[in-house]
Amino acid sequence: MAKGIWVFAEVKDGNIRKITFELLSQGKKMAEKLGEELVAVLLGSKVEGLTGRLAEYADKVYWVEDPQLAQYTTDAYATVLANLCKEHQPSIFLCGATVIGKDLSPRIAARLQTGLATDCTGLTIGDDGLMITKRPVYAGKAFTEVVCPSSRPQMASVRPNVLEMYPPDGTKKGEAIKVEAKIEPSSLRTAVLEVVKSAGAKVDLTEADVIVSGGRGMKGPENFKILEELAEVLRATVGASRAAVDSGWRDHGDQVGQTGKVVTPNLYIACGISGAIQHLAGMGSSKIIVAINKDPDAPIFQKADYGIVEDLFKVVPVLTEEFKKLLAES
Amino acid sequence: MNIIVCMKQVPDTETLIKIKPDGSGIVTDDIKYVMNPYCEFAVEEALRIKEKFSGQAVLVTMGPQRAVEALRTGLAMGADRSIHLNDPTFEGADGFATAQALAETIKKESFDLILCGKQAVDGDLAQVGPSLAELLNLPHVTLITKLEISPDKKKAKVEREVEGGKEVIEVNLPAVFTCQKGLNEPRYASLPGIMKAKKKEIKPINLAALGLPADQVGAAGSKTKILKYTPPASRPPGKVISGEVLDAAKNLVRLLREEAKVI
Repeated sequence: MAKGIWVFAEVKDGNIRKITFELLSQGKKMAEKLGEELVAVLLGSKVEGLTGRLAEYADKVYWVEDPQLAQYTTDAYATVLANLCKEHQPSIFLCGATVIGKDLSPRIAARLQTGLATDCTGLTIGDDGLMITKRPVYAGKAFTEVVCPSSRPQMASVRPNVLEMYPPDGTKKGEAIKVEAKIEPSSLRTAVLEVVKSAGAKVDLTEADVIVSGGRGMKGPENFKILEELAEVLRATVGASRAAVDSGWRDHGDQVGQTGKVVTPNLYIACGISGAIQHLAGMGSSKIIVAINKDPDAPIFQKADYGIVEDLFKVVPVLTEEFKKLLAES
Repeated sequence: MNIIVCMKQVPDTETLIKIKPDGSGIVTDDIKYVMNPYCEFAVEEALRIKEKFSGQAVLVTMGPQRAVEALRTGLAMGADRSIHLNDPTFEGADGFATAQALAETIKKESFDLILCGKQAVDGDLAQVGPSLAELLNLPHVTLITKLEISPDKKKAKVEREVEGGKEVIEVNLPAVFTCQKGLNEPRYASLPGIMKAKKKEIKPINLAALGLPADQVGAAGSKTKILKYTPPASRPPGKVISGEVLDAAKNLVRLLREEAKVI
């Protein structure tokens, strides 16, 4: 019988990403409820040094070391992980709904002929022992509860920033087990020629704690400077509405909404955004929403926790100064 | 070059979604359906490749009778013909069952590449493209924003969006790509295009024509099951902060720290 809760440990720039610890924190609770072990699976090159932090949460850490895993490629990662799953038969397999997790998990699910719930915002174990995943559909206009009744593992990719992360209890020291990768170079059908970092790239919108977003009310690309300044103070990432992106003021990668990125920051500050349904769907799960718009009837105010009905060009610079003062004090 | 475009008809993104009282699904009355926005990028890219290298762009969709409208839109944009998987037994398919039915259909076609949207904006799975690639034993690249076919048509060089930047990837063809905003500007169908589309083929495929057993399609062939639909958590009513700009800003900063505790 399939047993064990597995978490794919995602590495970025030599560090384990936060989503991995979010998954391990939740995975630990589920493992206790099921009476199964919690396993972290780490792939990469020169990653042995990262196993210790995973072992503070997990009963076992399988680590796979191979130069061919230094850079993520679908074929190499999918093959190693699918083979490990075939060998050990976990009951649950979790990864982050990150660019890598979303690329990888449907491939593994199809290879293992099993069910996958993508981009989940909640995981629980039901009374019958099945994992119940909660996931948004229609960009968050509705949610579904999904199970994978009979095939194993039950797979889920989970959105960053939504599961609670706990520090390790300090007593656990899981066993780190090295596994051979056994990758046939000829089986790798894609090659990464180049990775280009965007200039001034901060935290990605999907992982940001704070987002400052601008819409049609920004009136032009040059005015986003005041949002950049506010973002700088708050260590926030700047987003944009579809109107701003379609006007060519911001890069398409900055778009928040149903046809852009769905975001879940702790704080979302919407400036000059009216709040079209498709935008509200993309940011409606933010913990706290602030709206600044001179139109008191703008739909964004229906979603906002705090609203200021005023010209954003007057408010934003003052707000930046006030945040600066506050953060200088603390 | 022959290009397969997998596409889907979905509710327009401006649609308000209502959940049935028993939570078994959404209320589908009064929904305006459109081609999935990400599929528009896939159709457009297929047409550009076809215009450059000649060949055929073939649309494939699975859905009820109304999905014909989305196929007609793609045909009016310039696709050559289309295939419509339509059978009551196909209903309720999850990502796996959908990919399986598409794979079974596409196997019978000759093609050089397959384009999909990065996800459909109804189920938001982002699963079908990569799963389809796996079932066809093809490589895939997700979230592409640029696609260049080599002159010998054997390889593609693509750019894909990743967190904080982009990757440039080379892949042998045939391959599956999922298309992201930024890849192109989809064209509108022209009037002559709409007229021509009326004569283009929409080939219906039912269960018998598909050739899979009934327990491998639709809800029966799905690996996952939706227990219920729920509305998003309702938000408590917000506060409007009034007063002079400076006072309002001070007030907001204080509330974010003391009440909301997010700063």
